[in-house]
Amino acid sequence: MSKHKSPRTTGFDTLALHAGQAPDPVTRARATPIYQSASFVFPDSDFAAGLFNIERAGHVYSRLSNPTNAVLEERIAALDGGVGAIATASGQAAMHLAVATICSAGDHIVASRSLYGGTHNLLEYTLPRFGIETTFVDPRDADAYAAAVRPETKLLFGEILGNPGLEVLNVPLISAVAHNARVPLLVDATFATPYLCRPIALGADLVLHSATKFLSGHGVVIGGLLVDGGTFDWARGDFPTINETYSGFHNLVFGEEFGPQAFITRARKEGIRDFGACMAPMTAFQVLQGLETLPIRMARHVANTERVVEFLAAHPLVESVSHPSLPEHPDHELSKEILPRGSGAVFGFTVRGGRPAGRTLIESLRIFSHLANVGDAKSLVIHPASTTHHRMDAQALAAAGIGEGLIRLSIGLEDPDDLIDDLRGALRRVEKTVRP
Amino acid sequence: MKFQVDGRTVFASTGTGRHRADKPAAVFIHGAGMDHSVWVMPARYFARTGLNVLAADLPGHGRSAGPAMDSVRELADWVVRAMDAAGLETAAVAGHSMGALIAFAVASLHPGRCRALALLGVSAPMPVTGALLNAAEENDHAAIDMANTWSHSPAARLGANENPGMWMMGTGQRLLETAGPGVFHADLSACNGFDPDEFDGPVSCPSLLILGDADQMTPARAGLRVQQRLDRARTVQLPGCGHSMLSEQPNAVLDALISIFV
Repeated sequence: MSKHKSPRTTGFDTLALHAGQAPDPVTRARATPIYQSASFVFPDSDFAAGLFNIERAGHVYSRLSNPTNAVLEERIAALDGGVGAIATASGQAAMHLAVATICSAGDHIVASRSLYGGTHNLLEYTLPRFGIETTFVDPRDADAYAAAVRPETKLLFGEILGNPGLEVLNVPLISAVAHNARVPLLVDATFATPYLCRPIALGADLVLHSATKFLSGHGVVIGGLLVDGGTFDWARGDFPTINETYSGFHNLVFGEEFGPQAFITRARKEGIRDFGACMAPMTAFQVLQGLETLPIRMARHVANTERVVEFLAAHPLVESVSHPSLPEHPDHELSKEILPRGSGAVFGFTVRGGRPAGRTLIESLRIFSHLANVGDAKSLVIHPASTTHHRMDAQALAAAGIGEGLIRLSIGLEDPDDLIDDLRGALRRVEKTVRP
Repeated sequence: MKFQVDGRTVFASTGTGRHRADKPAAVFIHGAGMDHSVWVMPARYFARTGLNVLAADLPGHGRSAGPAMDSVRELADWVVRAMDAAGLETAAVAGHSMGALIAFAVASLHPGRCRALALLGVSAPMPVTGALLNAAEENDHAAIDMANTWSHSPAARLGANENPGMWMMGTGQRLLETAGPGVFHADLSACNGFDPDEFDGPVSCPSLLILGDADQMTPARAGLRVQQRLDRARTVQLPGCGHSMLSEQPNAVLDALISIFV
């Protein structure tokens, strides 16, 4: 322990409410105004030229930056402990922006094989069309990550909590593998949010979120956020987009000019400019509203989840529950280190009786909403075998780690006793009709 | 660009400008534990508008080879040798914090090399608290935490950066973390050991002090005393601005620099 005392810094809960915003200097509005404007007036021609040439700070056009979005970007960067962030049209757009800022045709990614389906589609099927290949590995196997690295590898990637098995990504270990290979580690921290885990402090270099989920928290927007930790030494590796002259910006070398902000500046000056997957200001406002209560909501999400997990784990019709809070989960001990405030509110459990039992259970629930999303204030449920993965047979489902009776829950903020009653009633219905 | 000073590699940003012998020059000197990137916006402005820009990483900082120097006089002489190596006879010289002391020393020791002077976040002397010096000497992260917190105004600690999407506290911390072992302590020692009476050469070039009235590291009242050492000085005070003025109020800082350099 250090014998020197650091000054106290602003706490997480305060940053969630205030970071990135001061009362509006003109109107004195306390809430973040929604700057619903496509573009912004230049004071004079020289200032305009300065904005375009990164000599001046300010806004030009809302695809590139917007004052409402900037508050959100700064706030998530503060909460995640980064140097800056970019708000994107969706979590998928944030993932694409990260990859496209680093990788070009011929490059390679090593990724966890336990990923959100949309991310898997991007890496497995779409990016190869553009010459970017991905090798998928067991997220619990650091040696597999290391073994999959090739000379053309530019990025290591994983989700803080894998999908659907909730594998906890050992960020310190995997980031060490990445840095040994002189590549950055990108972590999707959607399921955790910075309230439960700040991957940059554990060694990750870049973090992305689907803001659609817990960050906004009410299931009303689609949005994403990409955060640059500013920690990665791009000069140590082979990263032409950062280390070489960019003719698309007057031969600027981002790594030389912008120091720890090199990646996020390149992402804004090229990726958002050219691919254009920006966030709408109204969406940014709604995500900000969610962030203001993130600490309170996440604590309640976790507390409710632990109650529901406890109930299900003890129920005779439940074959298994996969949540790192349970001692039998393979990452139970690791989760205490990586996610000390709790392992999130999304998890799967398997009901006895296979696919018919799963279907019956879901159709019997009254408070849980049957839909394809997670991270809402309301509790959600889905049966992967009959929805998202319905084309798979039993063998294929098993290979993907998805049992025919697997139910995925996203636990909301309701009274936990009501959630447990809802599940108890649905399980009773399974017992009567399916008789597993 | 990279070039050699004293047989060691030096990196300097030119603001993506190309050196031309017929153009005037501007030299930018960063503060303790920082590197050239703090000057990115002014460097790019003055490069575009016709100056030869040299924003070098001081020895041991950023991409320049070490070792770091712990004396403002040594650093001022080094800056002049760097100007020689870059082919700059005279320049408008701007410095921030420790860099301001170095710029002041360049103007005092080598008056023929400095056509204009801009001192940002300056006080003379520039005493450093023992807690910070001791923590830096032991390369303890507490030194970074102290410097980063005290370098930002209370308002800036909550952000609202003019530069969209950038978190100032995070960037400041990362820059200080990038400095190698001993570098920050050498810088702080240089600041702490600076004796203005050692630099009694007249500074007669046009000079500008840019001071933040919420600067906790070099309070504006201490900066104003520096003005007495300059023959032709004026002051710009930035309301609500802390010590990290290049990130807290980049547009106001650039406006002030334009008023003295152009």
